[in-house]
Amino acid sequence: MKMATQVETIPVAPERDYLNTEFGLGSWFLTTDHKRIALLYLISITFMFFVGAFFALIIRLELLTPKGDLVQPDTYNKMFTQHGLVMIFFFLIPSIPAVLGNFLIPLMIGAKDVAFPKLNLLSWYVYDVGAIMFIYTILTGGLDTGWTFYTPLSTSFVSSSVVVGALAIFVVGFSSILTSINFIVTVHRLRAPGMTWGRLPLFVWASYATSVIIVLGTPLIAISMALVALERIFGIGFFDPLLGGDPLLFQHLFWFYSHPAVYVMILPGMGVVSELVTCFSRKHVFGYWGMALAILGIAVFGFLVWAHHMFVAGISVYSAMVFSVLSYLVAVPSAIKVFNWTATMYKGSIYLLTPMLYALGFIGLFTIGGMTGLFLASLGIDVHVTDSYFVVAHFHYIMVGGMVTAFMGGLHFWWPKITGRMYPEGWGKIAAATMFIGFNLTFFPQFVLGYLGMNRRYWQYDPQFQVLNVLSTAGASILGIGYVLPLAYFLWSLRYGAKADDNPWNAAGLEWTVSSPPIKHNFHETPDVTTEAYNYEDLPCDIEIPREASVVGH
Amino acid sequence: MSDRVDALYIFLISVTGLVTLLVMVLILVFIFKYRHSKHPVAEQVVGSVPLELAWSLIPLAIFMIFFGWGARLYVDESTPPKNSLEIYVIAKQWMWKLQHQTGQREINTLHVPVNRDVRLTMISQDVIHSFWVPEFRIKADVLPGRYTTVWFHANKTGTFHLNCAEYCGTLHSGMVGKVVVMEPDQYNQWLSHGGEMGSYAETGQKLFQSLGCTNCHRFDTQGRGPNLVGVYGKPVLLTDGSSVIADDAYVRESIVNPGAKIVAGFRPVMPSFQGVLTEDQVLSLVAYIKTLAVSEQREPVSNRPPVPERSSGVEVQ
Repeated sequence: MKMATQVETIPVAPERDYLNTEFGLGSWFLTTDHKRIALLYLISITFMFFVGAFFALIIRLELLTPKGDLVQPDTYNKMFTQHGLVMIFFFLIPSIPAVLGNFLIPLMIGAKDVAFPKLNLLSWYVYDVGAIMFIYTILTGGLDTGWTFYTPLSTSFVSSSVVVGALAIFVVGFSSILTSINFIVTVHRLRAPGMTWGRLPLFVWASYATSVIIVLGTPLIAISMALVALERIFGIGFFDPLLGGDPLLFQHLFWFYSHPAVYVMILPGMGVVSELVTCFSRKHVFGYWGMALAILGIAVFGFLVWAHHMFVAGISVYSAMVFSVLSYLVAVPSAIKVFNWTATMYKGSIYLLTPMLYALGFIGLFTIGGMTGLFLASLGIDVHVTDSYFVVAHFHYIMVGGMVTAFMGGLHFWWPKITGRMYPEGWGKIAAATMFIGFNLTFFPQFVLGYLGMNRRYWQYDPQFQVLNVLSTAGASILGIGYVLPLAYFLWSLRYGAKADDNPWNAAGLEWTVSSPPIKHNFHETPDVTTEAYNYEDLPCDIEIPREASVVGH
Repeated sequence: MSDRVDALYIFLISVTGLVTLLVMVLILVFIFKYRHSKHPVAEQVVGSVPLELAWSLIPLAIFMIFFGWGARLYVDESTPPKNSLEIYVIAKQWMWKLQHQTGQREINTLHVPVNRDVRLTMISQDVIHSFWVPEFRIKADVLPGRYTTVWFHANKTGTFHLNCAEYCGTLHSGMVGKVVVMEPDQYNQWLSHGGEMGSYAETGQKLFQSLGCTNCHRFDTQGRGPNLVGVYGKPVLLTDGSSVIADDAYVRESIVNPGAKIVAGFRPVMPSFQGVLTEDQVLSLVAYIKTLAVSEQREPVSNRPPVPERSSGVEVQ
């Protein structure tokens, strides 16, 4: 359909871009173009997102009433387990890295592709194998261990498809590892002349740090999942006290990966937001090195705080204190980032376009998520609120309020580059506002619920909590609309969206110097980089986005 | 304790709320003041190291207050006062079994006196559970194979929710109960019922005899196992030269995994009772052995046995 429009409107044979240079299913399924692979990932993870969202829907409907009346308790337990696993391993972890990272990292550093294009394609296939295995798990009995797989519940008690489910997580982890190795080598080896480390866009820094975390951490979750599967099949007894094992050993292994994984699920978002805030404030980022070092600080300290998930699990008072202090240390770089984004807006020339609305939403929601993290790091408070809805609200503020908001912001921002089309700005703003309102209405009441004493993972609950739960479910409905809207208008824009200029936002960054959409090899000539990132002083201060009205009906 | 937790909570809300408000207000002011239509050309400000240092170090200092206050609370939450009323908790899918020293046994309801420190020694029979009384602001995981403790001090009477906070399978949300806090005289009245089977320690004592433990753990120095009188709460010298405090955990381990820590002067001849005894029975034995420590005042004869040919294995300090 795209070709048809172009042939009609532009009599001169247009330059072939990455989308129309080759045709046929084979050109997609065997592509080694990082941009096409990014789109393949976008389709896969969008599908998995709506699978995960379906589980969330059942959860919120069940919690509309205190009694367990919609589904059976085992079904409910499967819903929250599968919601968590799908959203974390099949959506959030690959979201920004595998889609935006894949598309943008080579463009941002002036490279033709990633370092290992075939490995890049392989990682998408590995992801799909993992996803198919997990869907198979869901269809053949489901999984009800909780996403945390705590032993000995997962190894000796539940009767669901734990082994296949654990192996699906094992497999999908390798997809992240392959992508990350690719990114690390790409950033080290393929930077264009003049693209020094000090000139890298912060999105590249964030993706780089994320990749390092993934490469170091993911083998741990793979091992933990393998041990769970082995223990379940052969009854080996790593974690079974009856056989001399220790259930806390599993928690240490699990969180040693899964806490850094939290930063995998936020650092790329921080990278995106740094790009958006600078562009729509028309300004250099405030404190480039502070921002870059904060990213690295989070990546390093993120590995040293895992046991803060275990303050009531039976660890010693002294180790709890050490992990509490370290948890506060990792909060400092996050604070720096929030203040620096705010300062970036100072004396800017601010445009409140859709991507900026998402970026501002991110800052607000991430700040609340981060602040409530300070509550959880405080030992005396954590004892009360851990395993309650307070924790549920906290991590949704980071992962959904933070990462998903940043992903949506980034998708809008780079949509013209990815597709060559503008999304409808009016609808974009409506969706951003809908998500923000729906999100807060869903999750803010959960902070209150948690402190008042509502447990997470409860199929039925005390009637005193109903009002807040109804509010939360109402918010989730609004949030759901907020997610369906962009799906609809993004698809619409593929055909009817205004043609995008090469640089519709007048944004800094090499990705905006190439055509929209880019040609297959990104650059006609390898660029020579002579300026720092965010050189907005060299760019016009005005943004004139193409109006959708001008093309509708073409 | 719940007041102290709430005080820190309010402090945290105030400080983080203020900072969040500050950030939000700044953002709104900047959006308004520097909107493109009003401020068409941005002025480039690339950063300020002093400012960045300020908003790194000031938060760090505030965080250390959060840490110190929270840690102080945690130490107190983790340290049951001496002379607490001790109650045993056995968790299983999906119920709470509560065992009083005086022999009363309850399911999903715990009666305690007001204004008294209560210490719970807890163990799970299957998966990990977590004992949470939101009103008291306390929580601790209940593990299989290991005792954990938690304590509280209820300062008002009433009925409070008791929840399992660690996901434990199908009816996790059904693993709820209540804590009934009573006036002392009411509590004593309550205690006067239901203890017909004798105290928990007596149950343990009967078990100790019926299992034949006394064949080896004799009340003199001639047994193949150590004399257990006066052992509880004291350091025990082991064959490898180290020593261990004979607490609940050690006594339990010595029953279910007797080969793990052999008392100096003895051979590893005791069979394991893993799988033979329920956690309930093991707890009753622990309760009984605990009373033997107390009885040393009453029975000074067995306290300091004459120096035997081989070491008694008990290092009395």
